[in-house]
Formats: sequence, structure tokens, C-alpha cells
Amino acid sequence: MTSRERLAARGVDGVTLLVLPAVALLVLLFVYPFLYGLFLSFRPKDGSLLGNYARFFDDPFFRDTIWVTMRLALPVTLLNLLLALPIALRVRHLRRQRLLITVLVLPITLGTVLVSEGMLNYFGPQGWFSRTLMLLGVISAPVKLVQSYTGVFLSLLITGFPFTFLLTLSYVTGIDPALEQAGATLGAGPARRFRHVLLPLLLPGLAITFCLSFVQAYSVLPSAVLVGDPSRATRVISIAAYQAAIEEYDYAMASTVALIMGATQLAVVGMALGLRGLLYRGPAGGAKG
Amino acid sequence: MRRTLIDRLWSTALWTLVGFFIVNLLALIGTVVVSSFATRWLRSWLPADWTLRWYAAAWNEFQLGDVLLTTFQVVLAVVALSAIFGVPAAYALARRDFPGKRLAMLLLLLPMLVPPVTYGIPLATVLYQTGLGGSMAGVILANLVPSIPFVVLVMIPFIEQIDPRIEAAARVFGAGTGRLFVHVLLPLLAPGVMAALLLVLVRTIAMFELTFLTAGPTSQTLVVALYYAVFASGVRAVQSIDAMAVIYMGVTLVWLLIALRFVNPTQLVGRSKRSG
Amino acid sequence: MGVATRPAFGTLRLDGLQRDFGALNALKGLDLTIRQGEFIALLGPSGCGKSTALNCIAGLLPLTGGSIWLDDRRIDTLRPEERGFGMVFQNYALFPHLTARRNIGFGLRMRGVAKPELDRRVDAAIAMVRLESQSEKLPGQMSGGQQQRVAIARAVVVEPPLVLMDEPLSNLDAKLRIEMRQEIRRIHNQLGTTTVYVTHDQEEALSLADRIVVLRDGRIRQVGAPEELYARPAHLDVAEFMGYRTRLAGRILARDGAFLTVDLGFGQLQGVEAAPIAGDTALLALRPDDLQPVADSAPHLLACVEAVEFIGREFHGVARSAQGDALHFRATARPALGEMLCLGADPQRVLAYPDAQP
Repeated sequence: MTSRERLAARGVDGVTLLVLPAVALLVLLFVYPFLYGLFLSFRPKDGSLLGNYARFFDDPFFRDTIWVTMRLALPVTLLNLLLALPIALRVRHLRRQRLLITVLVLPITLGTVLVSEGMLNYFGPQGWFSRTLMLLGVISAPVKLVQSYTGVFLSLLITGFPFTFLLTLSYVTGIDPALEQAGATLGAGPARRFRHVLLPLLLPGLAITFCLSFVQAYSVLPSAVLVGDPSRATRVISIAAYQAAIEEYDYAMASTVALIMGATQLAVVGMALGLRGLLYRGPAGGAKG
Repeated sequence: MRRTLIDRLWSTALWTLVGFFIVNLLALIGTVVVSSFATRWLRSWLPADWTLRWYAAAWNEFQLGDVLLTTFQVVLAVVALSAIFGVPAAYALARRDFPGKRLAMLLLLLPMLVPPVTYGIPLATVLYQTGLGGSMAGVILANLVPSIPFVVLVMIPFIEQIDPRIEAAARVFGAGTGRLFVHVLLPLLAPGVMAALLLVLVRTIAMFELTFLTAGPTSQTLVVALYYAVFASGVRAVQSIDAMAVIYMGVTLVWLLIALRFVNPTQLVGRSKRSG
Repeated sequence: MGVATRPAFGTLRLDGLQRDFGALNALKGLDLTIRQGEFIALLGPSGCGKSTALNCIAGLLPLTGGSIWLDDRRIDTLRPEERGFGMVFQNYALFPHLTARRNIGFGLRMRGVAKPELDRRVDAAIAMVRLESQSEKLPGQMSGGQQQRVAIARAVVVEPPLVLMDEPLSNLDAKLRIEMRQEIRRIHNQLGTTTVYVTHDQEEALSLADRIVVLRDGRIRQVGAPEELYARPAHLDVAEFMGYRTRLAGRILARDGAFLTVDLGFGQLQGVEAAPIAGDTALLALRPDDLQPVADSAPHLLACVEAVEFIGREFHGVARSAQGDALHFRATARPALGEMLCLGADPQRVLAYPDAQP
């Protein structure tokens, strides 16, 4: 056997080589910058090896961003998931899902910048939201829901809920309805069908959904600036990274913050995936084929 | 009967919640649209009067002609390059098992799992050092990082569901590699490629973080220009910013509507309906 | 591209074909000569290498050893598109984006056949498989049987020296399968092509082929005409494949030329030595058709009826011997469950094999 045939037997031939350009480009544009950022983070302006990391954890201005970000991202992600699951379980029986889904795709497609711009007016003291509440007598004076923690929370709800919902829906519709019908014929009511059939099959998917939604919320940038309180209550970690890079031109510090951001967020994702490892992860489509 | 009552209450509660969300969402978007046509809108339900002049103002103040041109150039380049790099890679990954395949898949998944800000900052640093920072080339390169993996991940299941024996049949009946590609692969892959590229297009128009971090004054896309306008609000009239927001919305929605004719909306969040 | 249209050839010779998948040897040296106009069936259980052999002939899998010759021309180094064969795939592999007519015309188009001739030949092929009214449909709009016809027409319209068929009927229901079987044989006879047909269904192989090649574990076990294989399988595993369902181990009591008398513990049976037996033990193989209830005066086996099914005209039964062997038999009257039956067979139809398989 020639070496070429030996390679071919292992699956390496001309077709396999088609993967190389994409991989090379990603190594260049993703892996290399990452490693370079890592290298840079150990070369702070003051010359010491861990100077940047020391600065981050010593200075509350930096350190607290982790807490601020977590305080926003975790509750929003959990709330989104908690809302998305029961609604997705309803919507899957709906025949005209497409219209609803299309409406929900809007905030994802339009993006956080546009949503923030709309929120400034809509949730402002003179906005329709506040006016409606006053008309209904819920509040007596105009409320301002922007330029605060609430503003960013709402923006993450508006863009995050549809994202979480659509992912959850794709997992929910992946479950063979026959499994639930089988549960029903065996005497399980809706609550127990959910508890014993649907939930175990859904949990791995929900863990993934949690991770992807959390990553989105954790890296919140535009809305934290535009509808938040970017110097205090919503000074999230990406703002710190951005300021170090663009305003101070301290790329070493910026990379440090970005890496700490990646690490803290990966810690949460890792925990969620670790829990997922304990769950059943086989097919959810019945035992056919 | 008790169960059905609880069921009905539960159902009503959920639909109310969905309705509340959608009403607020549409009202929020409506606010922007209404404001963009308003002469003056303070302390009232609706503006005092209507006008179109903010669109002209926005067009001139924000140099929207240039910004739109840049946006389309960036987006088209990203779409074309994602196809050139992504589709062949997806084909190889769907059709072959080779050593290192898992590593290649991991490399393709990571940019979709790590948020753009995290890798965008080191990437911007490298781009500024090589002199590409702030240029249109830099913006395009940065946007390729999430787009190529996206094309690959959308295309792999699509290619896998094409029976390899169809390609074998074409060869047996006399088609060489070139004609196999033209007569069989291209027509079969076209719908999938089209869907993947439309999704990339919509996502790239709305991609804020990466463009924000890598763009210079002459290479801003619409969404970044909009951010700067909102960020510096007070300098310009709110209505003029809203007019710009409406233009941005129009651009995005036109492509979204086109995309929705060919793709499942769920795919916009990176997952095909066919779950596995 | 050197695609010839119907070159007259004498023989297709497979010379020591080998194909490895990593450590797995799917083909371990296959030698076979196929004459022009023959209908050859490659028969064997799944995983025996029959589909691998077909794909090697088609050029879809490169060989890891051996060679393929079309008369004096070595063809195993040619790419599939240069061999000019026709092939019918297991799930048809029709081009989903092309109509039936364009699917059928694909091979001719690739060969650069001029439009008028292409149309004429495609029309003839469509008429041959009786699809005149369906020719403008896409594969997705056709039934399984219709798709099958398109696949066959697509393979034969180029008038290839060799048509390869990979379990073409396995996706069809039983009735359609028999219909298509006759269709395939009719087309083969009408066009005088050479056909290599892969199947795991011995009935299909027996009814279609001029010669059957039985494969097992990447090796040829036996080659022969259908009647030959049916009546005299050379090995026990070939016999099992040919429907010899009952298998009984016993001790040889006496030899009389080719005939042996074997004691099975619950009776004695006479049989023919189908493969040379060295020791004094043998395995007897019987078809259900050949084992029937007999009078207790004749030599017989005694067994208890365990299951009975009516198969039309006759009953198929399974009886259990005192030692636990299963005996498949046929009866004209319904045997009662639990009844002790005397079963006997014509010695000519009982095949004796050595009991340790080489």
C-alpha cells in the first residue's frame, strides 16, 4: 500500500483537504489572537508578570464588574428559561407557530442597539409604557425604567427571551409526541408526564440553552451603556474591557479583562455542562431505527 | 373537570404573558417609528404633528449614504467569503471521517460559544497591530470568525441528508469531478447554501460587537453608526436618531423577510428545527 | 474521457480482488470470470463482502489488492466515470432535482450523445420500463416501484457492457418485488447485457441468475447454476443459506457408496455425503419441504409438534426432538400441537456434511 492509499483508508483524501482553508483562517483569526491576548495579559505596562491580574482583582472598579455582570446575567437567564419552557410546551401544539416565531425573531434580528434606542423612549417617563400604567391607575407618577439596572434587565429580557424560547422550542419539538402519549396510556397525568417523561428528556437541551443564553447575557455591551447606568450599577465586565482597549489604549489590560470575562463565564457554563453530564443524553425520538 | 379548569387557567396565564410580551415589543418598535415622523413629541400620547424631514436630516447628518454603502460592502464580502471557506469545509466534515475531525469541529464550535466581546478584543488588538484595525478589511475579517462556523454548522446536516450514493451514481454514469459538481452537487446544495448565506447576511447586518471593536470612522456599519448616534444623543435631535433607526430596521427587515421565505426562523439562533 | 458505448467484450475477470477497511478485510482474494451476456448473482449474508465487491467493480472503492480485467484491458485503475458501466443502487440514488426523463438521460448527456439520438434512446428506455406517463415527474413524486424502473432505465440506456445491481429490490414490498424480478430478467434478456446482481435473498438469486456466487466472510464459498446450488450446496453454511433449515448432528452407523446411515439419538436417517466426511460424526441438513410425516413402519424420527402455520396448500410445522433439536417439516393435514409425529425424508434429499466446519 502506498502512503496515499494508507491515508485514504483513514479517510484522508482530496475531499478532506477542503476543511483546511476554513481551519487555517480560524486559527489565524481566532486561536492566534486568543493566544496573543493571553501572552499580552502577562506583559502589563508596569512590567511585572501578573501586574494586570493584580490590578483587576485589587481595584474594586474592575473587580466588582464580575459581580455586577453576574447579578444581571444569571437572574435574566434563569427567568428567560423559566418563561420559555412552559410557553414552548404550549406552542408546540399550536398549528400556526410560524407567525408567533416570526414576531419573536424580530428583537433578535434587530439587535440590542435598536432595542435600546426604542426603550429609551418607550420605557422613559413620558413613554407609552409609563403612560399606560398611569392611565390604568397602577402608578401615580411617571416611572423611568431606563438608565438603571432595570433598564438593562428589561433589554436582556426583550432580546434574550426570544432567543431562549426559540432554542427551547427546537428541543421541545424534537421529542416524539408518541412518548408522551405512551405516558398517558400508562396512566400518567399532565403533571407526571412532564415530570417523568418530558423533563428528563429536555434537561440536557435546557442545559445547552441555559449556556448559550447565559453567554449572550454575560457579554452584554450596548444596552448596558445605552439604557443602563454604565458608571455604576451596570458597569459590566465588557464595558471595563472596552474602556481599557478603546479609551485607554491599554491593550494588555483589555486582553486581561476579556480573558477574565471568558474564564468567569466559562466557569458558569462548565458547571451547567457538568450537571448535564449526569443526565440522560440519548435520542428523544423514541427507539425507532 | 377540575383538571381542565386548572389547565385552562394555566393556558390563559401563559398566553397572556406571551401577549403582554408581544404587545410591549411591538409598541417599543412602534415608538421608534412614530418618533421618526414626529415634528415634536413631548408629554403626550402622540406627536403634535407629522413630518418626513428627519429622514433627510438623518441622511445628511449621519452620512447614511456612505454608511449604507460600507454596510453592504462588508456584508457582501462576509457572505461571499463565508461561502467560499465554509461550504467546502462543511462538505469535508459531512462526508469524511479523518483523524483530527473532532478537533476541527471544536475549533468551529468555539467561536459560536465564546461571546464576540471576549475574542473581539484580542482580535482587534492583533488587527490594529497589523494595520488592519479600523479598515474595512479588518471589519470583514472579524465578522468571518462567527460566520464561517455558522455556515459550516448549518450546512453539515444539510449535506449529510444528501445520499452519497447520488454522487456515486453520477460518477458511474460518466460525470467527472467538474461535471459532478455542476450537474449534481451545485443544484442539490443550492437551497442549503442559500439558506445559510441569508442567515449570515441577516446576522452580519445586526452584528454589533465585532464591528464596533474593529471599525474605524470610515468603516462603520449601520448598526455601529446607530450606536454612536444613540450614545451621543443630545447632540442631535431624537427624531433624527429614530429616523436612522427606522432605516436600519428597514434594511434588516427586508432581508429578514427574504430569509424567512427560505429558512426556518429557529435557524437564526443557530439551530435547525430538526433536533438531534 | 474514454467512455465507450457497448464494446463487445468476451469476459470480465476479477483476479484476486482484495479490499481492506483498516484492519477489516472485507474481500480476501476474489477470483471470478464473468462471460458476456451472463446474469451473475452475488449472494451472501450482510457483511459477506458482496456489496464491497460490486463497488470495487464499479470503481467506487479502490482495491487494496488484485486487479480487474475486461478481456485484456486492465480497468481497476480507471475512475468510475471512465469505466462506462451502468449501476442500479440499493435506494435507487436518483438525482432528486431531475425529472425521470432527465435522470434516465444523464449518462447519455455525460457521454455527449447528440440531442436527437439522446431523445430517441431515452424514449425507448422509458417505453421499455413502461413509464411513458410518468417521465416528467421528479423522483420524489413517484412510488418506490416507479423509482426503481427509472433507476433500471438509467442504468441500461447507455447500453453498458456491464450492469451492476446492488440489492435493487430490497426496498420494495413482496408483491412488487416479484413483479420487478421478472422485469429485470426480461430487460436482461431483451438487451443481452451482462449483469452482476447483489442480493441477500436466495429466492431472488435462484430465480434470476444464470450463475450464483455465494460469498461468506469476503471469500467465495461456491459458484454454480441455481439448480446445482439448490440441490447440492458444497458447504453447510451454503446449505443453510439455500433454505436447509433443519440441522441435526449424529454418528455415522454405515456407509453405502455415497449414502450414509446416521444415528441421531432419537431415530435414524439416511443421507447423501455432500462434502467429504473424514470422521464418524456428521451433520445432516434438510429442507422443510423434504421432511414429512411418514408411517411408523418406515425409517423415521420421532418429535413433538410445537408450532404449526398454514402457508397455503400445506402446513409448515416445527417439531422438537427429545434432545431438543428443532425439525422443520411440511404436512398436508394440520398436525395437532403436542402430537408425537413420525417424520421421514427421501435419502437423496438429506445432505450430510462433516461436523467440524473447516
